[in-house]
Amino acid sequence: MLTIDASILDAIVAHARRDHPDEACGLVAGPVGSDTPTRHIPMANAERSMTFYRFDDREYLRVAREMDDRDEEPIVIYHSHTATEAYPSRTDVGYAGWPQAHYLLVSTREPDVTEVRSYRIVDGVVTEEPVRLLNASPDAVQRYMFGHTPVSVEYECPA
Amino acid sequence: MSIEVRVPTILRSYTGGQKVVSGSGDTLAELLANLDAQFPGLRGRLVTEDGTLHKFVNIYVNDEDVRFIGALDVKLNDGDTVTVLPAVAGGAGQRGIPGGAGAV
Repeated sequence: MLTIDASILDAIVAHARRDHPDEACGLVAGPVGSDTPTRHIPMANAERSMTFYRFDDREYLRVAREMDDRDEEPIVIYHSHTATEAYPSRTDVGYAGWPQAHYLLVSTREPDVTEVRSYRIVDGVVTEEPVRLLNASPDAVQRYMFGHTPVSVEYECPA
Repeated sequence: MSIEVRVPTILRSYTGGQKVVSGSGDTLAELLANLDAQFPGLRGRLVTEDGTLHKFVNIYVNDEDVRFIGALDVKLNDGDTVTVLPAVAGGAGQRGIPGGAGAV
């Protein structure tokens, strides 16, 4: 299960919409071993393509070093599909080199609804997992279509 | 001569869990052979059977991706740092095109 704050998911989706129809890509870092995504890092798509993405090699090195300095690791690695479903392609599976990460796919093929689905990809095997959204407004759940329903949503109760 | 080599999580099973290891070699090719002698199987994850760098990894010498500065022929100096990162790439690919253009 991927547990993620709604504000981070909103930022990921905004990034994907901004770059549409090119694929968008990025990651969310978090403390090593915490499985908690805390720091959203949108990355440049060096392919600048509607059907492929690649982390820019220099930016990636800089970000990797920064995460290392901060004792962080990639908790979520995301990219968007702009005309197809939010499911990992064979290429996506081939390149999945961070086995502890949650691979988040966002599809921007529909203008009104964004499909958001999360997967673990380990040794070439794809397993879809539910997304648990924290601090989401009821509206957020309407704007997104999640792979696993019902999506579990936790709202922060005002004091 | 000592080169510091930083290894990503996915390859640490070859290095006994170590994140940073040391090797030597005047070129990247020599360093990888040296590392493979210390950590059998590691080189096979970085270099394909036909002797080219695997597209699934990025290898940097200091700040440069070696793909752009000579790949396996890159010359190494004492004190250099080599960083290995899993390449992050993919995409929906092209569909409905007869004869290919699917996977990268």
